[in-house]
Amino acid sequence: MYYFKEMSLRKLISNKTMAISAVLVSAFASTSAFAQEAAAGAAAAGGAKPVDMGPIYKSAIFYTMLFLLLCLFVAIVGKAMRVYELTREAQDKPEGINWNMINAVLFAVFLVVGLYGVYWEYTVHGNMILPEAASEHGKKIDQMFNTTLIITTIVFIVTHILLFTFSYIYRHRGNRKAYFYPHNNTIERIWTIVPALVLTVLVLMGFLTWRSIFYKVEDPNNKPLSIEVTGSQFSWAIRYPGPDGIVGKKNYKLITSLNGLGMDFTDKNNLDDQMADEIVIPINKPVRFILTSKDVLHSFYLPHFRVQLNTVPGMASYFEFTPTITTAEMQAKTNDPAFKYVLLCAKICGQGHFNMQRTVRVVSQEEYNEWIKKQLPYINNDLRKAFDLPIVPEAPTAPADTTVKDSTATKTNQLALKK
Amino acid sequence: MSTITLHDTHIKEDHLHGHHKQSFLTKYVFSQDHKMIAKQFLITGIIMAVIAMILSILFRLQLAWPDKSFPILETFLGKWAEGGRIKPDFYLALVTIHGTIMVFFVLTAGLSGTFSNLLIPLQLGARDMASPFLNMLSYWFFLVACVIMMASFFVQTGPASAGWTVYPPLSSLPTTIDGSGTGMSLWLASMVLFVISQLMGGINYISTVLNMRTKGMDMWKMPLTIWSFFLTAILGVLSFPVLVAGVVLLIFDRSAGTSFYLSDIVIGTQVLPNEGGSPILWQHLFWFLGHPEVYIVIMPALGISSEVISINSRKPIFGYHAMVYSLVGITVLSFIVWGHHMFVTGMNPLLGGVFMITTLIIAVPSAVKTFNYLATLWRGNIRFTPAMLFAIGLVSFFISGGLTGIFLGNASLDINLHDTYFVVAHFHLVMGSAAIFGMLAGVYHWFPRMFGRMMSDKLGYLHFWITFICAYLVFFPLHFLGLDGVPRRYYAFTEFEFMQKWVTVNVFVTWAAIVASLAQVAFLFNFFYSIFKGKKAPQNPWNANTLEWTAPVEHLHGNWPGDLPTVYRWPYDYSKPGAEDDFIPQTVPFSKTMSSNMPHDFEGDAEAERIQTKWNLAQEKLVKNPQD
Repeated sequence: MYYFKEMSLRKLISNKTMAISAVLVSAFASTSAFAQEAAAGAAAAGGAKPVDMGPIYKSAIFYTMLFLLLCLFVAIVGKAMRVYELTREAQDKPEGINWNMINAVLFAVFLVVGLYGVYWEYTVHGNMILPEAASEHGKKIDQMFNTTLIITTIVFIVTHILLFTFSYIYRHRGNRKAYFYPHNNTIERIWTIVPALVLTVLVLMGFLTWRSIFYKVEDPNNKPLSIEVTGSQFSWAIRYPGPDGIVGKKNYKLITSLNGLGMDFTDKNNLDDQMADEIVIPINKPVRFILTSKDVLHSFYLPHFRVQLNTVPGMASYFEFTPTITTAEMQAKTNDPAFKYVLLCAKICGQGHFNMQRTVRVVSQEEYNEWIKKQLPYINNDLRKAFDLPIVPEAPTAPADTTVKDSTATKTNQLALKK
Repeated sequence: MSTITLHDTHIKEDHLHGHHKQSFLTKYVFSQDHKMIAKQFLITGIIMAVIAMILSILFRLQLAWPDKSFPILETFLGKWAEGGRIKPDFYLALVTIHGTIMVFFVLTAGLSGTFSNLLIPLQLGARDMASPFLNMLSYWFFLVACVIMMASFFVQTGPASAGWTVYPPLSSLPTTIDGSGTGMSLWLASMVLFVISQLMGGINYISTVLNMRTKGMDMWKMPLTIWSFFLTAILGVLSFPVLVAGVVLLIFDRSAGTSFYLSDIVIGTQVLPNEGGSPILWQHLFWFLGHPEVYIVIMPALGISSEVISINSRKPIFGYHAMVYSLVGITVLSFIVWGHHMFVTGMNPLLGGVFMITTLIIAVPSAVKTFNYLATLWRGNIRFTPAMLFAIGLVSFFISGGLTGIFLGNASLDINLHDTYFVVAHFHLVMGSAAIFGMLAGVYHWFPRMFGRMMSDKLGYLHFWITFICAYLVFFPLHFLGLDGVPRRYYAFTEFEFMQKWVTVNVFVTWAAIVASLAQVAFLFNFFYSIFKGKKAPQNPWNANTLEWTAPVEHLHGNWPGDLPTVYRWPYDYSKPGAEDDFIPQTVPFSKTMSSNMPHDFEGDAEAERIQTKWNLAQEKLVKNPQD
């Protein structure tokens, strides 16, 4: 008790009192200042209006003060507990607050509340995730995801139940002694082999799915529609192959303000390539995306179709898939008439990374045919001049001419598709 | 015990320290004493962690309230937060520097640097590290690296902004983002110095563990902490140089006109001359370090937890040998899985298949470790010190974060999850939660050893519970954002209709993050206050077996006065049946514990077994014929 009187109490009072007084004084001073300001504001507004707390709630000082107040509260509670403990000690009584018990109970409570929290998350947020996959390979991916989810959830729950119930049940109390159990090789073998087997199954599933996506065997009767996408800061350029079905060659050294993609118009295949500001693809037909980048890395991400691949400057990458649900069907499925598939960038690419959106529409074959007819070709007279190609005279009445062009285009399109 | 000064005692092994008088500079600043260097690493690590945590709150403010303006931001950030709203490229700078500081400066230097330095000599019975001078240099290179990194906030074009992974071409071309100008050069310089620091440290740790163990301390008597620090150091020494190689090539691309990572690039209408390079090369070089790096982060935390859980359950760590073999397994396997960060880079799909297989194998030793922790707790006698709370928290986070790794390691599943919030949730649970909890457990547990005083355990409980709960509240919902296809490093969710439903979740997550960060004040106050005003620590406050608790509480240059301790047994004799106390320090010979010796303690020593058998028989006779 000598130290209690001598050391702690006096210094305690002097240091802590100073600190507490300082906080209280400054809190009082600032609240007076705010009150004055608010009162002044109210007075200016004319009359006995209530104090406008608006500007106060916006100030950082308010929240700092609030936090300091909270710290003060914690300190007071802490000191009260300390005084309680010291008096118990002074009276030679056993410890007043059994912190071991409190922590053990908190773990048990955390387990119960936590399990409920996980359930809530799975059901509430779990219902806000992507709808069913809109592609063939996507269905396999989703199946594998579900299998993995079931296994990992079981492990997650069981291990956490063990962790927190052990913490509670085996807490120290009374004359408890721990059980000296340094090892058990059999059980080690079991819990090495079982996870290894489970993971082997998951790996095999993953490997087969991966192979089916990237090592697809080409079906000569069902050739994919090629579409080239070029990522740049900060938009996607979409190029359709035109009636010949082949996306023409491009060379980055040919890029000018006139020729944004650097298309090499000496390659015949470029002459019918079409521009688009959205991706439109026909249902149930394979489509093969040719992915390139003009400047930095971007990532071609179509989450609804379970498609993602980086676009790399200097290298073309390819992703082929078959869409299985039209936009209209998905709108019905998700009960959301405003639903649309999107393309977004998923690799940090600069300050506009968050704003590289393109709409993707999956439509019937007929709708696709209608739409593709209307897409303008890249080639124009300025480009023809630049590449020493004969200039095509512009027809005076655009509609009539385009119909003529269109019907030929339609014919060739149909021919191409029949292939 | 009286304080013994260096020049009063003739220490036999002490041929390393010729100097006797220590000035303030040589004692506290340019110290060559491993204990002081450990404290320097710790305090620098804590300060960097606070800075990186503040950065995270800044960008969480932007995510939760994209339309609100915070005038105070403009006060501190000036043109980067004009009108009180953070600019998109500064947002990217924030996430970049947050990640860089946390992964490298806090969880590598702050964790390995602190505890390897503190514990390797003390737990092995050595006077100091193999090279105290190199050790001192390793701290100073680290500090300079930190200063350079923070200096990048004070250049006009701002800090590096291409993500902590700084992929080229974004990171090599200042015209693609401002932060890739001077800020990126500073980042590269800082990282080179940082790696030098790590290599110096790592070489020291390995040499000390292999060469300077005291008498009786063979490899299989080392505590698991030392095993983890040793293997972590090996990982670092072998993988950090590859990052430096990648960094050097990037410096060349930026400043010497080379094309290691660049080809076919047009900025606006300006065609760049670089040809033949590939950004994928950088990714290979970066992740060849990057993957071992994450094991460098988690292994010391696992080692610390093994120790803390064992001591506070009063039980040996279950499966000591299996734990060592798991660490070795993780070390070896971590070199062959780096491609799982690159499944969707456009690299040859064959590699995707290969790396998927190796990645899922590495889950096995991690699972074994988790089960061993659970088995250690089983039928224990658990004492909830703050360190124990954090160790249990680590096990929980390691399970949660580790399991989501199984999704990401599967290449097919990764297609839709790569670069989304699912990845963010995964690594924040394993690194940002599990590893940091390991570090905190270490701080609470070894604080008495470092500062000779005790921290307040009530503040420790408060710190743990708020942080544990809030960490789950922050990171668990993020999995679902990722599963909805929300990408990471997005400045705002305002441009995509499908992201609108997550805006309220963002607000919730930000609030939880703010509460979590405020809870750290409890720790910071506790830590710094207890250094000066904490209750004086007893010799062995946790009743532990390891050697560091046999060294005097008041710090001694050379750790032990007189001879180095001799070790007779492994560190895990807790609650041994027949023993007087529930712990038997490593320095207690078997001759003193006849009643609790077990046959395999003698490791095949026939003479020792004979003596024990003789004693056992004598005891049995006494029991049967209780004369005298």
